[in-house]
Amino acid sequence: MLFLKLILTNLLRHRVRTLIGIAGIAFSVAAMLTVVTILQGAIGMFERILSNDSEFIVFERNVSDLFFSNVPGDAVTQIASWDMVAHARPVLFGIVSSADHPIITCFGVSAADARIHDAVWLAGTRDDFAKNPRGVALGERAAEFLHAKIGSEVPIGREMFPVVGILKTANGFEDGGVFMPLAAAQQFFHKEGVSSVATVKLKNKEDKAAFKHAVEEKYPNLIALENEEFSRSYSQFKILKATAWAVGFCGLILGGLGVANTMIMSVFTRIREIAILRVNGFSGGQIAGIIFGESALVSAAGALAGLLIGSGVIAALQLVPMLHGYIDGHIQPVVVLAVVALAGLTGIAGALYPAIYAIRIRAVEALRFE
Amino acid sequence: MSYRPASKIEVLRAEGVWKTYDQQTVTVLNGVDFHAAAGETIALCGPSGCGKSTLLHLLGGLDQPDHGSVFVNGVELPGNGDDLRLLRHEVGFIFQLHHLIPDLSLAENCLIPTVAAGVSRIEARKRLDHLAEKTGLSHRLNHRIQKLSGGERQRTALCRALMNQPRILLADEPTGALDERTRGQVFQLLLDLVATEGVTLVMATHDRALAELCQRTVVMKDGKVYES
Repeated sequence: MLFLKLILTNLLRHRVRTLIGIAGIAFSVAAMLTVVTILQGAIGMFERILSNDSEFIVFERNVSDLFFSNVPGDAVTQIASWDMVAHARPVLFGIVSSADHPIITCFGVSAADARIHDAVWLAGTRDDFAKNPRGVALGERAAEFLHAKIGSEVPIGREMFPVVGILKTANGFEDGGVFMPLAAAQQFFHKEGVSSVATVKLKNKEDKAAFKHAVEEKYPNLIALENEEFSRSYSQFKILKATAWAVGFCGLILGGLGVANTMIMSVFTRIREIAILRVNGFSGGQIAGIIFGESALVSAAGALAGLLIGSGVIAALQLVPMLHGYIDGHIQPVVVLAVVALAGLTGIAGALYPAIYAIRIRAVEALRFE
Repeated sequence: MSYRPASKIEVLRAEGVWKTYDQQTVTVLNGVDFHAAAGETIALCGPSGCGKSTLLHLLGGLDQPDHGSVFVNGVELPGNGDDLRLLRHEVGFIFQLHHLIPDLSLAENCLIPTVAAGVSRIEARKRLDHLAEKTGLSHRLNHRIQKLSGGERQRTALCRALMNQPRILLADEPTGALDERTRGQVFQLLLDLVATEGVTLVMATHDRALAELCQRTVVMKDGKVYES
């Protein structure tokens, strides 16, 4: 109890310094939590775009980005005809621009595509989309910012497209995107006869290995990956995840420096007190325990505050109309654990030098030169 | 000066102890021999800078000699300068300045050595109550150090030094910062406690009058023991 009081006493004695240390960790944790959650949420959305009612993604081998992938239409047709395949659907990804909105994701899809099939149609119908070879369906948010309604025409690139439907999805990318008939998209993007990927569903899940082998054998330029496998291996996802953690980690290093500064000042300003404890029998381990205890409390308080701030920021971002659907507010427990663990490690690292310094204080000298 | 050993059991011994500072340019102890028997009260007298405090630090394991040996209860100190086992159980220290932690209460300050030694809370509390009663501090246990008078602070330091029932008490001018009246009271209390607890007292002091109340006086000059 007294040991705990010795820890608390010093933190309470220098409240402003303690609060600065806590704030450093808190803002670092909040930044890390926010960045990682938002990016993981974005990746999750992108994964769901690809895995919509499918188990496999077939795309061009060795491309750095799916936007550069070309899967021949006849290959998709052939794959769809295999006995083991329930369906294979081509999807062409593209980036289009419109006035005031330079980047809009465009999905070139067939009317049978799951996202067209499963979406909530706020206006128009799936049949309208199937009947009109140039008619586009807009995500709800895209319709808002393009000020479009059924029957109007929207400028996409240098062309005008009639709006045949407005649909609502839970996915921000889709909600802010434009769905174009595959043939129209191929023509628009000058990719006649090809798609970016084919999303494939098998009749029997036991045929996964056979399917991958068949694709590899018949189409050496293509690769078939299960959705999870794709998520793990796709370099863009890896870069995004690594960037998120790196940005967060840099934030925590800054927070750690704040803790280190707090703890160094904590030791330097009470050398005499540490000497008193030494003279009264405190071991080096016990002195280090006090320093690490202080640091742990600062880190724990900072982590808690950071989690609250980060959650608040994510919740606030979800309320911003411009970002509607783009922010997945689900904070993964593993991210919370990782962030808290990193905050703890940062606290320990920040207290390391001060603790070593405190242990090395020679009581007799500290008291003599008071 | 009187020499009246209370016991023949030797608890402290220094043999040919040398101590220098500032890269051996300042010699503080110059081959000192010293011994103390169990229950003895010894005054270390001498002018400032003669090495009284340094000798106390060496005897208590707070510092190490450049040459020579220090024995506590017949065991030579390893000489790492911070022999904490010794400080926890065998030796208590009092300084001229009380060296209490101002943010803690009187009781909490006194309990510090028991935390260091891992004494149970119940046992530590019993010991504290006992010492507080002996020193007349029972009514002040929960008071902050800032609220205490100089005499009370030094009595608190005395309580703290005796909490782990050490067999040796090393006191470095324990009444040096007190007024004359309080000095006498605190010193008498120190002697009483030392007698009732059966503790060996080695006390550095400038005060000849106080020194004469001890059983033996050791005079130091220029880092040497001249009279014993």
